[in-house]
Formats: sequence, C-alpha cells, structure tokens
Amino acid sequence: MLNNVKILYHQGKQFIPDVTTVNVPGIFRGRPIISPEKVDENKLAEICPTSAINKNPVSIDLGKCTFCGECARVFSNKISFTKDYKLSANKRENLIIKEGVDKPIELNSELIRKEIHKMFGGSLKLRQISAAGDNSCEAELNAAGNVNFDMGRFGIEFVASPRHADGIVITGPISENMAEPVQICYDATPSPKIIILAGTDAISGGIFSDSRAINRSFLEKYPIDLYVPGNPVHPLTFINGVLSLIAKRKGN
Amino acid sequence: MNYITIFNNQTIPVSSIPEVDYNTLLETNINLVSGKSERHCVNYYGYNIGNKIKLICCIADDNTHEIFVSSSKVQQNEKLNSFTAKLLCFEKFEREIHENFGIGYHDHPWLKPVRYSHNRFDKSKQIANYPFYSIDSDELHEVGVGPIHAGIIEPGHFRFICNGEQILHLEIQLGFQHRGIEDLFIHKKNILQRATIAENIAGDTVVGHTTAFSHVWESLCGYKTKSDVEFGRTIALELERIAVHTGDISAVCTDIAYQLGSSVFGRLRTPIINYFQEWGGNRLGKGLIRPGRNQFSFNKLLGERLKEVLDKFEPDFTEMNEELFSLPSALSRFERTGVVSFEDVSSIGAVGMAARMSGLNRDVRLSHPYGLYSELNHEPIIKHHGDVYSRVQIRKHEVWQSIKHIRNLLNNIPEEISTDTELNKPKQDSFTISLVEGWRGEICHCAITDSSGDLLHYKVKDPSFHNWLALALAVRNNEISDFPVCNKSFNLSYCGHDL
Repeated sequence: MLNNVKILYHQGKQFIPDVTTVNVPGIFRGRPIISPEKVDENKLAEICPTSAINKNPVSIDLGKCTFCGECARVFSNKISFTKDYKLSANKRENLIIKEGVDKPIELNSELIRKEIHKMFGGSLKLRQISAAGDNSCEAELNAAGNVNFDMGRFGIEFVASPRHADGIVITGPISENMAEPVQICYDATPSPKIIILAGTDAISGGIFSDSRAINRSFLEKYPIDLYVPGNPVHPLTFINGVLSLIAKRKGN
Repeated sequence: MNYITIFNNQTIPVSSIPEVDYNTLLETNINLVSGKSERHCVNYYGYNIGNKIKLICCIADDNTHEIFVSSSKVQQNEKLNSFTAKLLCFEKFEREIHENFGIGYHDHPWLKPVRYSHNRFDKSKQIANYPFYSIDSDELHEVGVGPIHAGIIEPGHFRFICNGEQILHLEIQLGFQHRGIEDLFIHKKNILQRATIAENIAGDTVVGHTTAFSHVWESLCGYKTKSDVEFGRTIALELERIAVHTGDISAVCTDIAYQLGSSVFGRLRTPIINYFQEWGGNRLGKGLIRPGRNQFSFNKLLGERLKEVLDKFEPDFTEMNEELFSLPSALSRFERTGVVSFEDVSSIGAVGMAARMSGLNRDVRLSHPYGLYSELNHEPIIKHHGDVYSRVQIRKHEVWQSIKHIRNLLNNIPEEISTDTELNKPKQDSFTISLVEGWRGEICHCAITDSSGDLLHYKVKDPSFHNWLALALAVRNNEISDFPVCNKSFNLSYCGHDL
C-alpha cells in the first residue's frame, strides 16, 4: 500500500487542466498560414504528396494534408504551420485554408443538428471503427482517454458496442474488405446518431485516395457531423472538435 | 551455385540471382533452412514476368550475416510441390503466392486466403466466405470476435473453438486492413509519396518501416548514407521501441485489471512520444525520415533534452516495474500463460520478440547490422519460457537496454550535419533487400527495378506476417479469459500484415 502511494506521489500531476487552451510543447504542425508572397506555385503544388495544395490562389486542404511539413520546409516564406490544434470543421470546405487567412477554424453552427446538444451535451458515447488506416489514429484516440487528456471528464467515451453508442468515429480510408462491417456497425447504432471522420485517411482517403483496394461508398450515403484532420489526429484536436460539436449554441 | 549470397542493404543486378527449375528451388531452400535454427526465410514471393511468375526466395543466416537469394520461373496454371509440406515456416508465403497468382500446390495443408488483396487471382474468394476450420461436436462451441473489436483497435476476425472455458483452437482471419500498399509503391512516382506510404504501413512502426524503405532506396541509388543521418535513425528506432513496449506493458496491466500499472505505464509512454513531437513535429515520428536525409537533424540541444526526458522516465519506469513484478496476483496471470515452445517458434519461423521469448536468438540488430548497431555491441535479450511473463520481461529489459544504447549514442552526437542530397536515379534491373529490427521484430523490404530504373516490384514484410501463428499456438489449452493478455503481450500488427 505504501509503495502504491509512493508511486502515485512520484507521478506528480499528469492531467492537463484545460485541454482547450493548453500550449503544445516543441514543434507542432497545426493550422497552416499561407503568406501572400509570390512563389513558383506549380512547384509548390507538385511537392505535396497528397495533392492537398491548390494554385491561384494557393490553398491547403487539411482534409487531404498529411501534415508532413514538406511545403513549409521548401517554401518557408510562403507556408508555415502554427501550433493551433483546433482543426475540426463540420463543413468539408471549411478545412481548406486560403492564402492570407489567419483565423481559427470554427464549426458552422447552422449545420449542427439541434438534437446534438440536447441529447449528447452531457454524455456522448462513441463506437470507433478502424477501417484500414495504419493504427496511428486509433492510438491517439486511445490516448485521448488516458490520464493526460482524460476525455472522460467531459462525458465523452468510447464504448465496446454500437448498441451502446450515440455515434461512430471512423478512422482509415475504408478498405473494400471493411466496407460491409462499417455499414453493419452504423446500422446497429441507435438513432439519433452522429458520424465523425477522424484523420486525413478517413476524410479524403489521404495517400490511399486512389488505391483500388478502398471503397468509400458508405460516406456518400450519410451526412458527416464532424471532420477531424491530422495524420494522426492529435488527442487535443479530437477532444476540442467533439466539444465544439456538442456545446450549447448561442441563442439556443 | 543455385543461389547468390548477399548482405543486408546490398543492391545486385536481378540477372545475378540464379534462376533454377522449381524443384531445384525447393530442394535448395529446404536444405538451407532444414535443421538450422540460425537460418530462416525472410521473404519468399512472386511477381509477374510476361505470362509467367518469377519466384524469389531469401534465406538469412543469423551467424554469418549472409542472405541467400534464389529464384525460379513457373507457369500460372502449374501445380507444384509445396515447401510447406517439408517446413512449416513457408506456410504463409505459399498461401500468399497462391492467393495472388492462383498457383496450386499438391500438398499444402492450409491453402486459405491471406489478406484478400484487391488484385488476388480468385475474386470468388471473399472475406465474407472464409472457410473457417470447424469441428463437428456437441461438446464444443465456437466463439467469434470481430472484425470490429470492442476496444479501439484494428479489425480482424478471431474464431475460437472451445471446450467449456478451454481454447482448443484459434483461427485468425486477417485482410480487413488491406489498402493495396505494395501496388501504391509502384503507382506513386514521387519519392515523397513513396516515403509517405512507407510511413503509413503501420502507425506504431513508422520509424522501422520508413528506415527500411529509405535504406532500400539509398542502396538502389548507390548512395552511402551519412553517419549523422544513421545516428538520428538509430535514436528514433530505439525511442520507438521504448514508447511501444511501455504502452504494451500498460495494456497487459489493463487486461489483468491492474489499474495502477495500466495508468502509470500508459502515462510513461507520453513523454517519449511527446519527445518525437519536439524533435520532428509528430508524436509517432511521421515526417522525420526520408531517403537520403532526415527531415529534422539530431543536434546537441535535442540531445540535452533527450537526456532530461530519459532521466525522468527511467526511475519511474523502474519503480513501477518493481511493484508489478512483485505482485503475486500479476505474476499468477503472467507465468505459464500462453506458452509457445522453442520447437514451435523455430518451426514457424518466428521473428523478433516472439522468437527471443523462447530462447531463439534472432535479432537483425546483431545478425544483419545496419545504421550504427555494429558500434553498439548489441546483445539481444533472450528469455526461455515463451509465456506472457517472458514477453513482458523482454519488453521491460529492452526498454532499459534501449535507454542504455541511446545514452551511449548521446556521448558522441555528430558535429557535422549533412545537407540535403539529390539522390541519383535508381540502378536499372536491380534487386535490393533491406532488413530492419523494428520493435516488433524483423521488417523486410525488397525492391526490383526495371530497365529504366523505375520500380517494377516492391515487397513489404512486417514481422507480424510470421508471428500471428505464434499467437494462435500460444492460446491453445488456455482459458479463453486469458486470450486478451496473450494477445496484448504479442501486440501484433493488422495493418502491417494486411498491407
């Protein structure tokens, strides 16, 4: 018993008191800023492994970006990545960062269904579906529940069965072999339910977007409630995204 | 000679690999491996040449650092004698060849699909109609789990045949994570795209797979990797090992309902992966390693920070381990649970930790050194009981060992930092093999280029390709309630296997 107390004492305080405002240490490639500086845009667009960069004017699609940082390395005057980890959007277009824009990405409150705050504001149970990613987003979603990030304190938890869940979180580009299990899991989740896409692979297919082994037809059938970019998704990005989705809206 | 002898990361002309008739290929390779526990098959695969299939077999010798490569051309509709009937370690490789090309075998005992690759030969074989082994009995029952598991883990379907609580047989069906990785290596022409694919093979082995890919590419381009680049990679490989092993001990504690261990080891993983972020901006090391360079060089300042991180990590890690391994309730769940014998790990060709847990000394860092490992005097950690206890012990000792290796390296941080190098075009009509000891075990990447120097074929083998069978053997005669702790003590990769 005394040993246990000693161990607990040695751990110190590990939890992050406020996950919405904490500063990430070291380098973090979060929301990018694109300066108005003139560069060879063809070369810039070519550099991106997932074609996330568009020309005239330059923009970066965070739904396709793998956050490898190559563009910022080669064109450091044009592109820089900030430490802003609040990257989630509920409208696909809002993930596209345009030249000269430096403002936070926010959820479009018009698009959040009314029942979401009412039903899930205090407690949100999610079923995670790993659909052919590389297990990195899965590891980070697990980390969101650990003693540092402690997502459970907001009433957000992952559960073991779709029947206990209020929604599904899909990671990975969805392989042909996972297409049916994803549908079965969605159908088994009681309504009203939400769909969250976590990670670049899930949002756009990422580097796998033109692979013949994937089947993303499921995503064409249903509206997506939240897109959480990242490769992998950072726990802070995920927690902040979900918190803004279930928060009470102004004027409600 | 029926084979050519090469070394790790060596590039040779494809034409220098002896091409023999199939029966000679069979005899040669069986003779190379048979009865020698220091040898095993690191890769055996096929690729299309016109309407024929060329088979390439690579056998590694752990004592002499050699790799023996041989080849043969066969017809698609041929029916062959299997290697498997003589040696079990070829079982998966031949199933894969059968799945991809439709080549039949007279005497393969278990010719089932491996990963339902999108370009498989027989499309009527679907993941929904997998032929599970079953026993007709009134006393036994079957338990099916997955593909979507209860936790936040990757998909796979497990079918147990149980007698009451006791597992008689477990069959593991994989392939759900198949994304067409090997095909993408060919179709994506840009080097950064290929490095990104390598990073996305398995998110828990980003450094391992990207290092293997970079070594293949550097060797193909005739580029001698600078030692400061290898320095960064070696540090990153050992950090990846520390992070995952620590996380896995946490997971094992969770499965025996030991909450203190679960939380403490879980949180101890955090400073290590956060260090990766400080270094290169990603907690799993993505964006760090590229052919010919590391995106973020390792320098004195990073060295100081790493020392601080390890100085704080090590006493807490040691303290928690002392507590865990003195708990009778924990030990009783670890000891003699999920045992795989030396004979079994040898016969299935297990690699990495799954080999070392049963006394089989197999570690690429020692047997086929690369990077800076030849300077580190690396001695593999070997255990002998092949149970959960051995696997957890190996993890603990390997964490300590990795810390020791890193501290050694930090005494000599390279002053010179090499600048970006433009790599030459890869050599034409060449073959390269690269072995890297990831935290899970031996990673093998093989590449073949065409007459214009472009990639013609790329082959990836994750250690899980060998080791899933070890898990299926480990749980036999154990209670089904011990399955989770057995599973976590191996922590095998679905995405690395399915590709």
